Amino acid sequence: MSNDPVHQFHINTIAPFEIAGLDASFTNASLFMAAGVGAAALFMTSAMRPAAMAPGRTQVVAETAYNFIHGMVRDAAGEEGVKRFFPFVFTLFLFIFAANMIGMFPYFFTPTSQIIITATMALMVFFTVIVVGFAKNGLKFFKLFFPSGIPWALYIIVTPIEILSFFSRPLSHAVRLWANVLAGHLVLKVFAGFVPMMAAAGAIGIAGSILPLTMTVALYALEFLVAFLQAYVFALLTCIYLNDALHPGH
Amino acid sequence: MDSDSARLIGAGIAAIGMGGAGIGVGIIFGNFLQGALRNPSEAPKQFGNLIFGFAVTEALGIFSLLIALLLLFVPIPGIQQ
Repeated sequence: MSNDPVHQFHINTIAPFEIAGLDASFTNASLFMAAGVGAAALFMTSAMRPAAMAPGRTQVVAETAYNFIHGMVRDAAGEEGVKRFFPFVFTLFLFIFAANMIGMFPYFFTPTSQIIITATMALMVFFTVIVVGFAKNGLKFFKLFFPSGIPWALYIIVTPIEILSFFSRPLSHAVRLWANVLAGHLVLKVFAGFVPMMAAAGAIGIAGSILPLTMTVALYALEFLVAFLQAYVFALLTCIYLNDALHPGH
Repeated sequence: MDSDSARLIGAGIAAIGMGGAGIGVGIIFGNFLQGALRNPSEAPKQFGNLIFGFAVTEALGIFSLLIALLLLFVPIPGIQQ
């Protein structure tokens, strides 16, 4: 098949090298991750360079993004959460958003469509929650599994559920971003593949191929929404999990 | 029925679970819209809660998709793909 929808997810080595027998080659995934980080860093620093009292257009965009995430962290994790974790959450949000957006260009690779990348970030959050939770609360961190305000006997049911949900968090956290981006890009490619398929069927087919083309444009718009929404969801859930580390037992 | 066909049928059955998540997400956004139209001034403050509910519900559908994808693309010992 000429237009293989899975081809866009292939990882190609650009500069091969190994560290102690492990494959640490510079691949197209690394390239586009570096491009995402570079674009985000360049935009934020150049937008805030003037630091004007009456901000210009790019500065307004940068400040809006900052305020948006700042408000989200404050609402979900409180002032203490802002003090400790705001840079972490803002970095995660910007990285995922930049990676998703770079993947929207045709022929570009989407780093977040690889589960290893989303799983790395999700595990980073998971272990941050555990380390901060124990460092700050000590053994009181286990109150996370014993929510207050319910009858004693119910702990027999509630505690296993809480433990299970705590350990399934990194899984759902990683898989959500990965599967959304992967499925979105697959659907996009499959619908785009219908256009030449129909156009090959003669004059009526060419007229009819307008339909899948319109659908592809609409799906593209939807993918832009998903690109933003999944970055936001990832950052929001990070805040909620970090809030558990700061205030267990609520 | 050979085990390879069973694998593909199982992937299809696993994907049905996504329909349940679709219903759930629809209920969340529908109810949010209902509440937002009754009291529009309070609606923007609930955006975070809306997205949180959406994300938690969607996760269950994504788990079904994950099982379907695992069945389709991850080699199982003893079954040729």
